[in-house]
Amino acid sequence: MLGTGILKGMVETAKNFAGSYHDPERLTTVEYPEQRIASKENARQFPFLVHDTEDPMQGLRCVACQICEKECPPQCIYIVKSKDKRADYKGQMQLYPVTFDIDLSVCMSCQICVEVCPFEAIKMDTEFELSNTDRFGGLLVNKHQLAKSNEHYRKIHPTEAAVSDDALAIEVAKAKAKAKADVEAKAKAAADAKAKAEAAAAAAPVGVAATAPVPKPSAPAAAPAAAPAA
Amino acid sequence: MAELFAKLDQFPVTLKAWLMNLLQGFLPEWTLPLVSAAISITPILAVFPLMFALTTVIERKGLGRIQNRIGPNRVGIPLTNIRLFGFGQFIADGIKSLIKEDVVPRAADKVVHFLAPIALLIPVLLTYSVLPFGKNMVPLDLPQTGLLFFFAVGASTELSVFMAGWSSRNKYSLLGAMRAVAQMVSYEIPLILSSLTVVMITGTLSLTAIVESQATVHFGFLHNWHLFTPWGLVGFFLFLTAAAAEANRTPFDLPEAESEIIAGYFTEYSGFKFAIFFLAEYLGLFAMCGLGITLFLGGWLPPVNIAPFTWIPSWCWFLGKLSALIVLFIWLRGTLPRLRTDQLMGFAWKFLLPMTLINLVVAALWHLLANNIPLVARWPLGFAMLAVPYWLLGRSFEAKFTKREYRFAN
Repeated sequence: MLGTGILKGMVETAKNFAGSYHDPERLTTVEYPEQRIASKENARQFPFLVHDTEDPMQGLRCVACQICEKECPPQCIYIVKSKDKRADYKGQMQLYPVTFDIDLSVCMSCQICVEVCPFEAIKMDTEFELSNTDRFGGLLVNKHQLAKSNEHYRKIHPTEAAVSDDALAIEVAKAKAKAKADVEAKAKAAADAKAKAEAAAAAAPVGVAATAPVPKPSAPAAAPAAAPAA
Repeated sequence: MAELFAKLDQFPVTLKAWLMNLLQGFLPEWTLPLVSAAISITPILAVFPLMFALTTVIERKGLGRIQNRIGPNRVGIPLTNIRLFGFGQFIADGIKSLIKEDVVPRAADKVVHFLAPIALLIPVLLTYSVLPFGKNMVPLDLPQTGLLFFFAVGASTELSVFMAGWSSRNKYSLLGAMRAVAQMVSYEIPLILSSLTVVMITGTLSLTAIVESQATVHFGFLHNWHLFTPWGLVGFFLFLTAAAAEANRTPFDLPEAESEIIAGYFTEYSGFKFAIFFLAEYLGLFAMCGLGITLFLGGWLPPVNIAPFTWIPSWCWFLGKLSALIVLFIWLRGTLPRLRTDQLMGFAWKFLLPMTLINLVVAALWHLLANNIPLVARWPLGFAMLAVPYWLLGRSFEAKFTKREYRFAN
């Protein structure tokens, strides 16, 4: 009959009305400034610069390569390279950013800077209360404001941070292995040179012919055979 | 005890008489009617806009609860932590609309654009002049033409709405105004025809006399509200439906359908002019509810003639019934979706109009057979005479769901 649907609907809304008073589970919203919902792990708002040491400015991972500056679609990043170099987290000498500014009013939270950074130096923050009373200076965020520790990153994006930490650990291990290999190679080279010098000193009276290598017989034969085929 | 309550009941009347006596001493003779009118108007201008202000907050809170939200609960007393459950909101809203920039479109007809909100508010306020708010409390008692005055003045709001839509020189405004005029003209007929039953039974157009005609008592305690008769019951719901359409309330809010035509005829209004439209709309709704109360719900009469009910002042009964109807309209707004224009027109002409005409016949029979058939038989007979056409007419308006056939998909 006409009207039964209206009555059914009115019963439903009356249930909602009464239910919202005694059953807090029904309420889909929270009273924001006082009550907050923990941010989702995949939330992203605005980039920050990761640093590893106590002093944020010394430990910035950023090497001022300017890839993010070039890739940024709305062009909101501004970087000035340093003249000198300093050791990065794995001991390699690198440039560092003298100026690193991001314009908050232009940034569109696309995360492309994060995707392109080869140094795990820029990441997305979940902080969303970014309002400011100064609409010119206040919205241009400099590197002091952007620098946040790796612990902060681990806290807001645990999964991503673990991946990033692993990648860096591999890099550090590689660098160490290389350094070790370099040291060994240097030592070996030094030892070789020493041995050579000693051997040369010892062999000098015998003659030059003794040190010259004996050519293998097959090598000259193979070379002409390969030539016509090419 | 009862005398004290009777004094409280007549307090506004005695206060006015006392004031007039006081002023008679030093005011010239010719100013006295004007002063008397001003004193009568003052409570209307104080009570109903205040009621509107509170309704805006209650409506937002109620709609929020209906949608499982909390609703506004922040604004209380400024510079303190007292929040008053958000009931300071209307003051903040009022201040906001007062200090907002008033933008008038360059192409608008500026004079008409300016006059439209005023021309809407004044007739709406005039309708209040004939409503009896309590015992002996009617600002303008028109014994010959009370109801006619109400409808005549109320109908002139259509002109103001069209003024607003036309002068804005905006397609959405014009569409909204055309919709509003079409809707108001269509629903005016069922509205008047459903009220006509009461006029037919009571034989008077005076709203005061209509209230007094409901003061007779059934079974020793029950007041003879017209709602308690079959034609009154059906007539009241027909009246409410038509009143909702007249006041542009959901589900008949097509003239200002936000999702379709921005804000309808007041799209190009901002600042306090917009607030006046808003105010006029709600005051129009309250006036319609007030008329419905007067015609069907016994006006300022209590439902039963028993001591504690009769002690409550008559104006409290009126305001209480008005609040109940406002809550009903908020509840309906939270429940029903908006109609389509063809559904709206079809509902007015194919359902409401025949139903009100049948209702007139039933009311006439109810009156003529009063001496021949006892009440016990007359009531079910009258009700059946209305229920059967309701069912027959309603069948064509029920939602029909058929299995959808896909010709190209699947």
